[in-house]
Amino acid sequence: MSQVATMHAAVETAETPVTPESWGKLGMWIFLAGDAVGFGTLLAGYGVMRATSADWPNPYDVLGINLTAVMTFLLICSSVTMVKALEWLGKGDRHRAQWFLFYTALGGAIFVSLQAYEWTHLIERGLHINGNPWGASLFGTSFFLVTGFHGLHVTGGVIYLVSMIWMVSRRPEPAASYNAVEIAGLYWHFVDLVWIMVFTFMYLL
Amino acid sequence: MAATAHAATVEHKHPNYMNIFWALAILTVVELIVIFLPFGKVTNGALLCALALAKAAVVAMYFMHLRFEVRTLALIAITPLLIATLLIFVLLPDGFAVAHKSDIRKGAPAASEGKH
Repeated sequence: MSQVATMHAAVETAETPVTPESWGKLGMWIFLAGDAVGFGTLLAGYGVMRATSADWPNPYDVLGINLTAVMTFLLICSSVTMVKALEWLGKGDRHRAQWFLFYTALGGAIFVSLQAYEWTHLIERGLHINGNPWGASLFGTSFFLVTGFHGLHVTGGVIYLVSMIWMVSRRPEPAASYNAVEIAGLYWHFVDLVWIMVFTFMYLL
Repeated sequence: MAATAHAATVEHKHPNYMNIFWALAILTVVELIVIFLPFGKVTNGALLCALALAKAAVVAMYFMHLRFEVRTLALIAITPLLIATLLIFVLLPDGFAVAHKSDIRKGAPAASEGKH
């Protein structure tokens, strides 16, 4: 009886009821919730600054959306390749899982490259962090701050994914990396989710 | 123990990810169409916000598997959205206060310029 009680206690301390698979998953969710508060604060601040500004430029006219629509599509595609990588890992196909992780990282790298191209183009047209030629200077500040913060997340995500490819190749069994890759996937999908909000609030509205 | 935990992970339902992809792609195209609709800024804005939230919900529920997790995790996930929404209402009075002050400045430019 006491042995059963001891085992029960051991199970309780080793597992979280929220994410029975791993504490790491719960940790990532809590991290993402905190990170989402950061992005939420930036976007809420952006909305209020815009609502109370007399000369806020129309982002759609100033920034253009053709390139960013392609970037949005790219991130959606990379989310699909991410879930495919996890699916293949679950089926025990390490090789295919690694390729899909590579496609995901490649999508992220192209996204960051396109963002660098967009920034260069806008800076050449006069949009700076402390001003812009079309009105409120806070427009430039908030644009570079929010898209830059997101771009840093994508860059971090690409490094994270590359480290996952390396980890999958090192572990003896594909199943041994499933949990870690699922946690990395949570981060990657979150970056996609945030871009959906940034694209809508900073480009379309 | 580890094997059991892993089995529990794999047993997550896998939705048809291509359907999710098409749903997100179509919602993005609808967003791009909405900005050209002649409904006015407020209606278009509300539509765009609803579409963005719908896309975010699809990503969270199916790609991040939130739909197949316990409800407590969904509560953790939704908390930032509530905080950000509250923050808008907390910040708005400050924003309008600044706009109000700038109106006063417009009324008395000489006094204001002298001060700054």
